[in-house]
Amino acid sequence: MRILVVGAGEVGSSIAGSLADSHEIVVLDIDGSRVESLTFEHDVLAIEGDGTSLDDLLAAEVESADVVIASTDDDETNLATCGTAKTVSDAFTIARVEQPSYLRTWRRSRGVFGVDFMVCTDLLTAQAVVRVIGLPTARDVDPFANGTVQMAEFTVEVDSPLAGQTVADADTFDALTFAAVVRDDDVILPRGNTVIEPSDKIVVIGRPDRVEVFAGAVAPNAETAVEDVVIVGGGSAAFQVSRLLEERGLSPKLVEQQGERARWLAENLPGTTVFEHDATDRDFLEREHVGDADFVVSMLDSDEKNLLVALLAKRVGATRAVAVVDNPQYVTLFETVGVDVAVNPREVTAEDITRFTRERRAENVAIIEPEKAEVLEVEIEEGSVLAGRPIREAVADLPPGFVVGAITRNGDFVTPRGDTVVEPGDHVVALVTSEAHDEVAASL
Amino acid sequence: MKVRVDWRASVALVGTVVKWLSVPMVFPLALAVYYGRGLGIFVASMVLTFAIGWLLERADTDPDIGTREGFLMVALTWLAVSVVGALPYLVEGHGIPFVLPAAAPGSTLANPVNALFETMSGFTTTGATVMGDISFDTHSRALMMWRQETQWLGGMGIVVLAIAILPKLSVGGAQLMDAEAPGPGIEKLTPRIAETARALWGLYIGLTALEILLLYGAHLAGYADGMTPYNAVAHGFTTMPTGGFSPEARSIEAFSALAQWIIVPFMVAAGANFALFWHLWNRDFQTVREDAELKAYVGAIAVLSAIVAGVLYTSPDLAVYGAIEPAVRHAAFQVTSIVTTTGYASLDFNAWGQAGKFVLLFAMFIGGSAGSTGGSIKVVRWLVILKSLRRELFTTVHPDAVKPVRLAGRVVDERALRGIYVFTLLYLVLFALGTLVVTLVGVPDQSLTAFEATSAVASTIGNVGPGFGIVGPMNNYLPFPDPVKLLMVFFMWVGRLEILPVLVLLTPTYWQD
Repeated sequence: MRILVVGAGEVGSSIAGSLADSHEIVVLDIDGSRVESLTFEHDVLAIEGDGTSLDDLLAAEVESADVVIASTDDDETNLATCGTAKTVSDAFTIARVEQPSYLRTWRRSRGVFGVDFMVCTDLLTAQAVVRVIGLPTARDVDPFANGTVQMAEFTVEVDSPLAGQTVADADTFDALTFAAVVRDDDVILPRGNTVIEPSDKIVVIGRPDRVEVFAGAVAPNAETAVEDVVIVGGGSAAFQVSRLLEERGLSPKLVEQQGERARWLAENLPGTTVFEHDATDRDFLEREHVGDADFVVSMLDSDEKNLLVALLAKRVGATRAVAVVDNPQYVTLFETVGVDVAVNPREVTAEDITRFTRERRAENVAIIEPEKAEVLEVEIEEGSVLAGRPIREAVADLPPGFVVGAITRNGDFVTPRGDTVVEPGDHVVALVTSEAHDEVAASL
Repeated sequence: MKVRVDWRASVALVGTVVKWLSVPMVFPLALAVYYGRGLGIFVASMVLTFAIGWLLERADTDPDIGTREGFLMVALTWLAVSVVGALPYLVEGHGIPFVLPAAAPGSTLANPVNALFETMSGFTTTGATVMGDISFDTHSRALMMWRQETQWLGGMGIVVLAIAILPKLSVGGAQLMDAEAPGPGIEKLTPRIAETARALWGLYIGLTALEILLLYGAHLAGYADGMTPYNAVAHGFTTMPTGGFSPEARSIEAFSALAQWIIVPFMVAAGANFALFWHLWNRDFQTVREDAELKAYVGAIAVLSAIVAGVLYTSPDLAVYGAIEPAVRHAAFQVTSIVTTTGYASLDFNAWGQAGKFVLLFAMFIGGSAGSTGGSIKVVRWLVILKSLRRELFTTVHPDAVKPVRLAGRVVDERALRGIYVFTLLYLVLFALGTLVVTLVGVPDQSLTAFEATSAVASTIGNVGPGFGIVGPMNNYLPFPDPVKLLMVFFMWVGRLEILPVLVLLTPTYWQD
């Protein structure tokens, strides 16, 4: 597939880098020095030019591209790029925006601005954070099939009753599938005799209420009722987190250092208490009882500050701390030193964008471990290897590294068993390892 | 000192408004013809009014007004119409040498100060009177109707009316309306300000007509003795502008219980924001349902009425003691009359005990809604002040919290908040100073208690009308010496224009740079 990425900022270059192995990538960027460094960093064709200029797009051979991804830091540039590309090309256009207002407009009239798919980074980040707050013990939660199916990843602590059990002993839940065990960054497909060890991460796929029950089984002593949430930082994503929490009936607290921005947030978040202060000030944290919070989410613009705030919050007594981390390399590090969950905006954005770069477009993708395994949702068509036969038979024809987690039929949840027959039109949510990915994708 | 205000432009526009004031005089003129009394007064007044207006208009043939000229124009208009509107009273009292004999030489309104007081009280919809003998024996029906009509013209605003019908005021009209309209800020209902002004006047005329029809209908049905067409119109002219004048010396006490009950909802409507009627008219019920000020306004009337009803029902020395309907009716009528700053009386509330009177004094400071015809401080301001006080208490505990003041979910701008504080403080300071002066000067040959003086000042600055004791609902303001009456004229004037547009004219900065 030929993919044109416009804008080689942090998001753009990370998308380009992750897709370069399996696709032909052309990158267009207005900044010559970035173009130069990209040429050496990744196996891509980097061209200097402006995405909103038709001449520059033609120079990048936009007419032969299958997908155009506009991922500059400027919303309007991305929209104009998609619109311009559409004038000469049939490519599938993806625009990244920061302003949720563009997303709302686009949802009212899909295809507007010449955009076939719109990704709102801040909203995705906010949703990821809110999902973690909704299931406090999980480190990642992703909805599939319009929320009928949920994938969640839990860390098994030393004191968890599951530690030491075999998968066969632990798997006593209806409508829930153990999809994978992640151990030391390796993805293990669980067999009945696989023993769950402390600090393993378990990926389950199932009905949302079952996932919640499972969350209680993994960590029975953990506080699960979330009432008091403190958000540090007042950027667009933090604003979205507050807004989403308000919609759930919570009254979050938000700390923003800059006066004018704090005023704006307070005006636009009627259910949130906004504080204008530096969240790294310990006196302030104690004065406002941040230590009593169930969740402290640090969403400042620097990873280092987020780490500091998260650790400070834990120190004064907050139950759980979530940090937003821009640099994907820090995710594991942060979680090692005491941050409960590190959310990486680029990862969530990439999850949403990369699913359009598959030959057979997946409805939804969640990355478990980059380059190791992912969970995807596929609508089964006539002729698929799964269609019309029991899962046991179909799996035998597929390479190892494929686990069916859940099926939805006409919007209803179906628990997959070996003898379940998959029908065309069903949505299958499955975990696939990277080695098996291409072959599985082809036969589905 | 170089004057930087184009006062000629303001004066010229005031002249235009004054000139047009001769048109509404046609109505009393027609009544004078019909009843065969007072024709000369109104012919003379119309000619004089037109002439004065025409002369003032000569000050600038092509007036172009900015922000400052706007303040001057609005303030002067109200002063000018009150002077010119007093002409019928003066002509009645003095006649015109060699042309017209004096029709009522003994009228108290022959004194120019009294005439000015009565007209200012009418236009500002105060309803405080210095007419010594309220009867058709002394005054013609035409003149009594002019007294009613001044309130009706002033209610929705003379400048608003001028904007509605004079195209040359449409530019800058929003600012003129803002200076005149009661309450903080104006709500533009339509893209063009002249359209908005017309919509407001249209609703105002419609509601007035409805009330007149209902009152007269009750009369025809035999349930409202004395509510003749003349009286129905006269009281229609008083209720919607929240005026207070009545051609009956005993005010609304002269009419049946049904007539009193009909008037109550119209007083409530008059004290509500007219923009809400516009939304109702356009079937936008949600805006009306969610209006925070309307809820607080109706709630305040309901709570105060309930308190007064309880007090009246349990007062053994009152006629309404132990009678539920009259107690509720008089409580609801009197509280509504005072909160909306109408100033009608359904009975002599002077006879009430301290508790009932004090509730009414308290009610004088509430006032109607923003964008209504009512006076005083206005419900929305109190609402915002209470909410911002709550905010202050919150930020005392959480010093770093940023907490905007909200009204029905909408953020109140901090500048608007400051404006509301400033207005309310100025209002209370003027009220306190005024009370001090009135108490010190006193009333010749009579005693004036501090409570009576307080009520007189609160009543004039709040455009309410009656007070307590010597200025009670069945009495008048005649006992005060002329300088005190002029002070009260000033209070009615600044009260109607909500202080700042008048006070700003008294600062040197306004006139210089």
